[in-house]
Amino acid sequence: MFEYIVSKYNYWVYIFLMMLGLYGMIGKKNLVKKLIGMNIFQVAIILFYISIGSKVGASIPILTAEDLHGMADPVKYMNPLPHVLMLTAIVVGIATTGVALGIIIMVYNRYKTLAEDEILEIRKKSGV
Amino acid sequence: MTYEHFAVLIVIVPLMSAFVVALLGWFKRWACYPLTLAALFVSFICSLGILNTVISKGTIHYHLGGWEPPWGIEYVVDYLNGFMLVMLSFIALVVAIYSKKSIEQEIPERLVPYYSIFLLLVTGLIGITVTGDLFNVFVFLEIASLAAYALIAVGEDGAPMAAFNYVIMGTIGACFYYLGIGYVYIVTGSLNMADLSQILPNLYHNKAVLVGFALFTVGIAVKMGLFPLHVWLPDSYTYAPSVTSAVIAPMFTKVMAYLMVRIFFTLFNPHFSIDLIPITQILTWVAAGGIIAGSILAIAQTDLKRMLAYSSIANIGYIVLGIGLANRMGLTGSLLHILNHAFMKGTLFLVAGGIMYKMGMRDITQFRGLHKKMPFTMAAFTIAALSMIGIPPTGGFFSKFYLVLGAIDARQWAFIVVLLTSSLLNAVYFFRIIENAYLEPPVTAYATDGGTHEEIKRDELPLSMLIPTLILAAGVVLLGIFNERIIAFIIRFAVPASF
Amino acid sequence: MEIVYSIKPLLAVLVSLIAAPLILLTGEKHKNVREFWTILAALIKFSVVVSMIPLITDGKIIEYTILPIIPGVPLQLRVEPFGMIFALLSSTLWIATSFYSIGYMRGLNEHAQTRYFFGFAMCMSAAIGIAFSANLLTLFVFYEILTISTWPLVVHKETQEAVMGGRKYLFYTLTAGTLILFSTAMLYNLTGTLDFRAGGFLAGHGSPAIQTLLLITLILGFGVKGGIMPMHEWLPTAMVAPTPVSALLHAVAVVKAGVFGCLRVILFIFGPKLLGDLGLWLPLAYFVSFTILAAGLLALGQDHLKRRLAFSTVNCLSIMVLGAALLSKSSITGGILHMAFHGFMKITLFFCAGAIYVKTHKEYVSQLDGLGRQMPLTFAAFTIGAMGLAGVPPVNGFISKWYLCLGAMESKEIVFLFILLTSALLDVAFFFPIIYKAFFKKPLDDVKPHFDEAPMFMVVPLVVTAVMAVILGVYPDAFFRFFNITALAVNNILGVS
Repeated sequence: MFEYIVSKYNYWVYIFLMMLGLYGMIGKKNLVKKLIGMNIFQVAIILFYISIGSKVGASIPILTAEDLHGMADPVKYMNPLPHVLMLTAIVVGIATTGVALGIIIMVYNRYKTLAEDEILEIRKKSGV
Repeated sequence: MTYEHFAVLIVIVPLMSAFVVALLGWFKRWACYPLTLAALFVSFICSLGILNTVISKGTIHYHLGGWEPPWGIEYVVDYLNGFMLVMLSFIALVVAIYSKKSIEQEIPERLVPYYSIFLLLVTGLIGITVTGDLFNVFVFLEIASLAAYALIAVGEDGAPMAAFNYVIMGTIGACFYYLGIGYVYIVTGSLNMADLSQILPNLYHNKAVLVGFALFTVGIAVKMGLFPLHVWLPDSYTYAPSVTSAVIAPMFTKVMAYLMVRIFFTLFNPHFSIDLIPITQILTWVAAGGIIAGSILAIAQTDLKRMLAYSSIANIGYIVLGIGLANRMGLTGSLLHILNHAFMKGTLFLVAGGIMYKMGMRDITQFRGLHKKMPFTMAAFTIAALSMIGIPPTGGFFSKFYLVLGAIDARQWAFIVVLLTSSLLNAVYFFRIIENAYLEPPVTAYATDGGTHEEIKRDELPLSMLIPTLILAAGVVLLGIFNERIIAFIIRFAVPASF
Repeated sequence: MEIVYSIKPLLAVLVSLIAAPLILLTGEKHKNVREFWTILAALIKFSVVVSMIPLITDGKIIEYTILPIIPGVPLQLRVEPFGMIFALLSSTLWIATSFYSIGYMRGLNEHAQTRYFFGFAMCMSAAIGIAFSANLLTLFVFYEILTISTWPLVVHKETQEAVMGGRKYLFYTLTAGTLILFSTAMLYNLTGTLDFRAGGFLAGHGSPAIQTLLLITLILGFGVKGGIMPMHEWLPTAMVAPTPVSALLHAVAVVKAGVFGCLRVILFIFGPKLLGDLGLWLPLAYFVSFTILAAGLLALGQDHLKRRLAFSTVNCLSIMVLGAALLSKSSITGGILHMAFHGFMKITLFFCAGAIYVKTHKEYVSQLDGLGRQMPLTFAAFTIGAMGLAGVPPVNGFISKWYLCLGAMESKEIVFLFILLTSALLDVAFFFPIIYKAFFKKPLDDVKPHFDEAPMFMVVPLVVTAVMAVILGVYPDAFFRFFNITALAVNNILGVS
């Protein structure tokens, strides 16, 4: 049982982080904190991908000079594909964060507060 | 003219134009609109060429950069996405033609970035439809989503909060989607859809594959607005600028539905989705819930766009119901409804935008006598409304008929009741508006002495807004009349052969 | 049966469909041109329909396929004897109603006349489409178009009452539409075709339970428009519409479409043999008999003239369905003939009611004392119509009732004969007081002692329809060959089974 948890620790870590992020998005009232929760959520998934690409005793996926003579043995290297995919995901995450921050600025300009419950109050009063 | 590159041009042209519009617009504001139209027109021509090629030569496989799959990304166009590409590019073009006056009235200071992001949205949606690689779908999905968040946020008062909620929920959905890709990748090592459909059948018992499948389903459901994950939809559609609603409502959720069909029936076998995991069964009940909830909530609304938003939720329910019934008739009805609903909702949102443009409000109760002021607009509304209710010979009737046939084939009587009841509920909320618009403010001394009433002057929409509305309305009718041709030539082949 | 392929059925449907936008475009500014379109369309439609009579009486069928819709079921028009009856009736009476409407609308200086004539044209198109539908799906398409195009006519007055009437109408008819849609889908699923076949096509498909269910849903669905109780509720409420609307649509076209649909179901989908085998004809006959009697009794209690006529219509419609349900040669003949002849009589009655309203603004039976002196033509026509409905010769109603009674006796259930006779008595009971009051009672104060009829545009049509009722009563095959065509239809239905 203990074996089970310890050997798959990468999955447990990412699940923990993901739930943390989810809690942040749902449980927190401040919009910025929600955004941070979203970021943690995304980072958790990025960690997951990176972790699945790693192998015990493998080196980073960069061809060394000696490997260029003859065939490079793919077994020695970590899987570079998840890394590449996650580059994309990181960029997507940044873009999303940027858009969300822009929206938060709009919200702040409009409601002068970033707490969701206060915003709901103001919206109810003004009938929006 | 190299026809073989149409498959990639259809994505590249709007993508590059987005940047060109952003740059050029800085110097010459007036250039945005024609450039956008030109880009979307090129996309439309490409989509026609693609569909033509698919019909005459069969599935298109376009290898980006010449790299062979599964190492390279390939674009695959078969019947299923062929007709969707035509539909998407056409509606995008029509809404773009419509957009100028509306944007100038609602958000003039943001004209240039609006068009730029509009093009990005279209790029994203077309990209999702055309690609044959799972992760590529995610990339385009995020392009489209981010563009959508931005386009919604620049709307009226409630828009920033609506957009923020959409950001949070949409990101969760997209993240689930690419988490699912991760699980599937661990076990298979491939991201190419065609490749996976070969590898996966041996792995259907594998838990990682099952988790991946579940994550796909939930992720897509969030982005599709499938009940009960639809919560972001009403606010987003209501507070967005008119043009945004008009372009997102007919297109975004349909593309997500297409993605669902792809994953359920192309990526995974129909055998898997129907027998091994009864996901289709579950979906039918979820969809039925969405249909009823959407229809009932729509009746309660007085804001026209909010009512249309709930109606969209109900219609997504129809489409997913067809997918869930998982027989030939049901899936045909579903695909036909994707096509019909895009045109119907497009027309309705364009009319809503037009009313906003002329009257500055969207409250249904204020619509009395609107048919005197904007007769053609209301005529378009009436045609689209009749189609939503399901009156022949408009298109909406035929897709519902096929869905009913599918439900009978599957012996699921409860869904027949759901489908027919929702048609009646649709009639309630659409006829309310038709009554209000066509029956003028009552005057007492009418019948006997032909009494006078306040003259409502004709004040129709400008042509650049009216013609697109009428084109889509005409499309609704034509799709109904020619539905058999569409089914015989295209949809029949889009449905998986094993059905 | 030789099939002729011709575009004439499509032309008959399209004529008013083309006239409708012309009417809209001409609008209020050129009233006379607008009326011209209506009358021209009516005349052309009539001549196209009549031109097909010789082929039909020769025993041929005319077909025209418009478009495929679903595999095996195209949007198709077929002119065969049964549909011809309905088409002849509608197209003839449309001419009369067009003139009458012009008189009525101008006489009252009504508002929204363009919308009215537009709706009228659309609905006539739908009615002919229903008459010539070759299969259930085509029928359903035109049926729903009929529903939608009659709605603006029902809510014409735009008062709260009219809007509510319109809502009730839509509620009933759209629900009926969903029932028919379900039935259509089930039929397609069971048999793979929806083509009407004289003598039915459902036999041998599906279990008796499913067939019974389908009969129930179809009769309920078509019965809404056809005024079978308890789905008739919308009809008296819809009398809030202007009288020409009530006249043509609710006494002739819309409700006839409902009965037409019921008869198609009984005779062309199920067929006499299947209904006989299932034994369903008897419960069906009892079901409509209830309506016949109940409506007749309710008509007695109505003081509002149009509502009384509405209940009388409900009564007559169920008599037609009863005729078909009794499944015997004479009763089917009687039912179909009554469908045609009743139209002439009922429209005369409604025309009279409208003329009375336009001239004197009186709507209630109790106000009609002595009016016969002022408006003798109107009330003479009313008398003819009432006599015909009661089954008194020489009006044409006598012929159809005669066949119905014969059929009731042939069917070996004598109770239906009594029901028919009772209904005739009820007809006398609620019509003759009106005639008596008009001619023999002392006039009320505001009745003019001299001849002062409604405008000519209104009086001429009602006299013409009354006279036609008499002519058809004396010589039922006059001009339209109604009797001949009906006989052909019945032979087809019974011959195939």
